[in-house]
Amino acid sequence: MTLLQDRAATARSAPGRPSYWTMRRRDHLTGYLFITPALVGAVAFVFLPLVLVVWYSLHEWNVLADTFDFVGSENYRKLAEDPNVPGVLRATALFSIGLVVLNLGLALVLAVLLNQKLRGTTFFRVLFFSPVVVSLLAWTIVWGFLLQDNGGVNGLLSLFGIDGPNWLRSGGTAMVSVVVVQVFKNVGLNMVLFLAALQGVPQELYEAARTDGAGRWTVFRRITLPLISPTILLTSIITVVGSLQVFAQISVLTQGGPGTSTTVLVYYLYQQAFQFHAFGYGSTLSVLLFLIVLALTVLQWQMRKRWVFHES
Amino acid sequence: MRRTLAAISVCALLGSLTACGGDEPEAGGPVTLRMTTWSANPAHVELFNSIAAEYSKTKPDVSVTFEALPLENYTTTVTTQIAGGNAPDIAWILEGAAPDFVASGALTPLDDSIENTADLAPAATALWKKDGKLMGYPFSTSPFGVFVNNDLLKQAGQTLPAGADWTWANAVAAASATAAKTGKQGLVIRDFDYKEWSNLATVFRGWGADAWTADGKTCGFDQQPMVDAMTFLHKAIFTDKALPAPGVAADFFAGESAMTIAQISRASLLKEAKFGWTLVPLPAGPSGEYSVIGQGGLGVMKKGKNAAAAAEFVKFFTSPDNSTKLAQFFPPPRQSQLNADTLAKANPLLKPEQLQDVVIDGIATGVVKPSHTGSAEISQAVRSALDPMWKPDADIPGVLRGVCTAIQPLLAK
Repeated sequence: MTLLQDRAATARSAPGRPSYWTMRRRDHLTGYLFITPALVGAVAFVFLPLVLVVWYSLHEWNVLADTFDFVGSENYRKLAEDPNVPGVLRATALFSIGLVVLNLGLALVLAVLLNQKLRGTTFFRVLFFSPVVVSLLAWTIVWGFLLQDNGGVNGLLSLFGIDGPNWLRSGGTAMVSVVVVQVFKNVGLNMVLFLAALQGVPQELYEAARTDGAGRWTVFRRITLPLISPTILLTSIITVVGSLQVFAQISVLTQGGPGTSTTVLVYYLYQQAFQFHAFGYGSTLSVLLFLIVLALTVLQWQMRKRWVFHES
Repeated sequence: MRRTLAAISVCALLGSLTACGGDEPEAGGPVTLRMTTWSANPAHVELFNSIAAEYSKTKPDVSVTFEALPLENYTTTVTTQIAGGNAPDIAWILEGAAPDFVASGALTPLDDSIENTADLAPAATALWKKDGKLMGYPFSTSPFGVFVNNDLLKQAGQTLPAGADWTWANAVAAASATAAKTGKQGLVIRDFDYKEWSNLATVFRGWGADAWTADGKTCGFDQQPMVDAMTFLHKAIFTDKALPAPGVAADFFAGESAMTIAQISRASLLKEAKFGWTLVPLPAGPSGEYSVIGQGGLGVMKKGKNAAAAAEFVKFFTSPDNSTKLAQFFPPPRQSQLNADTLAKANPLLKPEQLQDVVIDGIATGVVKPSHTGSAEISQAVRSALDPMWKPDADIPGVLRGVCTAIQPLLAK
């Protein structure tokens, strides 16, 4: 029975008295039923863990000793006094800034280059996008081998008489290496998003600008950039949030070293919770991570009015 | 309530990492025990399965599964399983994590579950006791020795120093010369990789150095013996090029280095070796001859679902008969079995004198690798603080003072 027939039947069954199941209510019910599976997933895997993590952060939870004691704000006081936290936040900021600037910059340059009507662009599009579909761990492990002191990268450099550094073991290059490995992994995704945006810019605007005598750079700055700014906003939010969640790359390539130079926040909270068995303090660190992600996303969302074309 | 919440949330967060849930045991019904291990070696698994199959003959209701977890995340994975309400019934425990497991009360005492406990070597059980009770059974008490690739040494025109000449200085000289002549690596401290520093105990014990005092309260890294040992090691790495530099991978068992420091249980990797090899004790250091032991214990988890059945299986698994079988891979803690005859039957790859020199004498005189409560956090702090040492122009005493600054507050906890 179709929905309309169903409604008609319901209406006929109660002449004179309005049914509880009005069309509006039925529509609402149908809508809720449709989103129920996703909602159950979100509650079980997002909201409940989020609430529980805040709850755990108020406790000292030692899994081995099976103790779970309420300690109030003790973990937050520990967080404020933890001598490792400033270094961890610095490493996190360095990674995020490096990744966002390099990733978005390179993705935009590649998208502009591959948006030209030249032979071979399809090949290069596939080439730059292919790392996106490679397993993250496999990608990282292979780069781990390449970046060893006697690995492929230094082997290549030695062909040109260059004595390459020990990429993953020296403080100066470890962070750069991790960032670059991650940029190469994901730059293809942002490139494709930028390409789609570039192809959505109406050609007549370019023609009009050129007729008015605008040069290439002016056209790019005054026409292209404003019109793809919604995509820049989207990719920057995705990349910033993604950069704050980096884990596998650090775990495989550097384990947070040398020293603590690549110990980013997620890796530090993993160490605290799962290696040092301090689940309470680990939860406190995840609350901090949540607040940072929230603050940055709100900030970017607010700033969109200033620089995103369709929002002003 | 809390456990349920904990289980739900950890399952939710780590659903892909841990197998949450599982069946509650039925009173009197069939029981499946789960033992976590860090060995997926087919020969080991085959032996464990055969012991379990034999056990099932007398206890048809009990079956045992062995879950091999990756060594590098072993303790983390077991802890996560416990947090998720899915504790294994029996778990192997690494010596580094032993103080945490033993002191926390996570394990069931095993005194009644081990046959003839008087036979266990006191040096082997020291780490596994709490208030006089045996909390874990050190099924593997495996001394470190030096495996030598005779072919590579010969190719480089080197002879292996023997007797009183088998010292660290001579060992490094031979390794350095072999590396220079053959283009392979000299001496590899297996599994150290400039991260797992506790394996350096196989070197610094030769100088009488300790990571911390016996009571675990005071850092030993800034003491003179440690400074001397690390200065020697640093020179061996960066000046003599006797050890692979940081970030350089080399596997002795694939013929890529002249020597390696490893536990004797690694001998099984040489079954099909295409080169001539020998096994000798650790070289003597300035403070004389010494030995270092790596241990693996097994314990019955209090939070496992079948603790009583697990304790019974442990009794069978560790019985003198099965201990003899396990001895082919894991040197047993039973003194009655620590003789060249018993060990030779189980270790056909090793010669009786090698077993006597490295295994039997090693276990009698050896010290276990450094361990401490909160060892994961301390290990991490040491690793980070030691990192500045692994470059050619390092300020060695300064770095070692930095290690003590980093770990002293943790040791004092």
